[in-house]
Amino acid sequence: MNEQVLQLLQGRFGPLESSEFRDELTVVVPKEKIVEVCLFLKEHPDCRFNLLSDLCGIDMYTPVARFGVIYNLFSIPRNHRIRLKTFAEESDPVVPTVSGVWATANWHERETFDMFGIRFAGHPDLRRMYLPDEFEYYPLRKDFPLMGIPGSLPLPKK
Amino acid sequence: MAVHTEEPPRRSRILQALEDQNTNVQFDDALESEMILNMGPQHPATHGVLRLLVKLDGERVIGCVPELGYLHRGYEKLAENCSYHEFIPHTDRLDYLSPLSNNTAYVLAVEKLLGIEAPPRAQHIRTIITELARISSHLLWLGSMGMDVGALTVFMWTFREREKLYDVFEHIVGARFTTSYTRIGGLAHDLLPEPERMIRDYLADFLSNLDECERLLNRNRIFVERTDGIGPISTERAIDLGLTGPNLRACGVQHDLRRAQPYLIYKDLDFEVPTQEGGDTLARYYVRMAEMKESYKIICQALDRLPMGDIHAFKPKKVLPRKDRVYTRMEELIHDFMIVNFGVEPPVGEVYHAVEAPKGELGFYFYSHGEGQPWRMKIRSPSFVNLQSLPTLVQGAMISDVVAIIGSLDPVMGEADK
Repeated sequence: MNEQVLQLLQGRFGPLESSEFRDELTVVVPKEKIVEVCLFLKEHPDCRFNLLSDLCGIDMYTPVARFGVIYNLFSIPRNHRIRLKTFAEESDPVVPTVSGVWATANWHERETFDMFGIRFAGHPDLRRMYLPDEFEYYPLRKDFPLMGIPGSLPLPKK
Repeated sequence: MAVHTEEPPRRSRILQALEDQNTNVQFDDALESEMILNMGPQHPATHGVLRLLVKLDGERVIGCVPELGYLHRGYEKLAENCSYHEFIPHTDRLDYLSPLSNNTAYVLAVEKLLGIEAPPRAQHIRTIITELARISSHLLWLGSMGMDVGALTVFMWTFREREKLYDVFEHIVGARFTTSYTRIGGLAHDLLPEPERMIRDYLADFLSNLDECERLLNRNRIFVERTDGIGPISTERAIDLGLTGPNLRACGVQHDLRRAQPYLIYKDLDFEVPTQEGGDTLARYYVRMAEMKESYKIICQALDRLPMGDIHAFKPKKVLPRKDRVYTRMEELIHDFMIVNFGVEPPVGEVYHAVEAPKGELGFYFYSHGEGQPWRMKIRSPSFVNLQSLPTLVQGAMISDVVAIIGSLDPVMGEADK
């Protein structure tokens, strides 16, 4: 089914970069088109990717296209998985939100924002998920040290 | 100091009513105001360190905001800094009520990345321990859910059963709680005849013991009235919110990864995927009760089919060699040294592998640069996603129902906070 989905996508959105590893299809989508592609994959009768299994960020630590957002989609009716990927620059880490397509993206995007500082344009409630609001760093970025930054989490005053 | 020149209208109405015996004044709501209630993070009914901000109108919930992060330990950051083997003990601490299930889910994802598969005996043992973990997790849910709605006896009885199960785990694994039993391409050690007999003994009494608990609840009027129609969710909304596992199956969706995308030996086994209509708390109760009986069937079949043979895949550069060989043979010593010091080096690529954990879809996503550590690892934890539906479920419910609804969702904060 991987080829079928890829053909549908390329027929609608033009040539897209894709790869296959261990029978899993990954399609790279420009971030301007991500909401449109997600809606297409959710609504198209041959795809119907109605469950967003997972959404997460990645820090490639490269000068161009440093941050990525990864969407793992699952179709309950077709019993199939595919993965979408989109990239954003370090200077402008903003990606459109897909929380309008799948409501479950809401918390996943908040978590991604919390960990990587990737902002999701149009998100209804973009707050930190786990860390305190006053925390200034994004811990899953590769330049954040494993031991943490001393003093970044102030202890309660006596 | 401000002087009140005017009586508040409500108070004056009451005073007026008291003076004038012939009038009747009725108030729809005694409190007449909304209030914010903070539940948790230290609250016995929130199952760990879940914090809820609940907006109340009298006793009715009109809004709810869950706050997470009180158990956040940064496992994804840790995973990027330790080898694939070193992370296995950390998976025990995700969903700490079914560590064996997490161990299996993690190694299956790594094995997919490496392109190897464990031998049949290891696959059978993994199936058995995964289902035992499901029973153990569901038993805890049953006890704590019963306790949440006031049926305390069930809690005692299911904990008695869990205690026996932990004894079995101790004999299989060597530890009761933090098991770390699986290894990439195999298991830490074989399933010996003694624990195998213990599993069979346990299963012999299991159904009758479960039936005892069911008889306390199924026709218990307090239990049924506190759960029937409480916290309902529609099928479309449930899928939209990403619910998985028993919570989704209680909405009538027959989706189970053991059946949809079979892993281990599930495609050869005969079992049902129980579903219920309604999506309320009672439906979630029925689904989990039925699931425990299916797990019983699965374990019985897997035990009967359990083949003899090796429990480690023969992939010398990927799978840790046996210790007796490490101490006596040069080749194995070199491989052991390389795997321990530099890690198994998977090819460049990315995989996502999900299994049906007791709470729902537990997935691991790996992005590998071909090094000993993953470049990025993401844990897709079912409790995290399931908790997101809480504001929808508690909308319009009573404050006492919130406790029952959290209990029926079965979240584990170790997994939700990662």
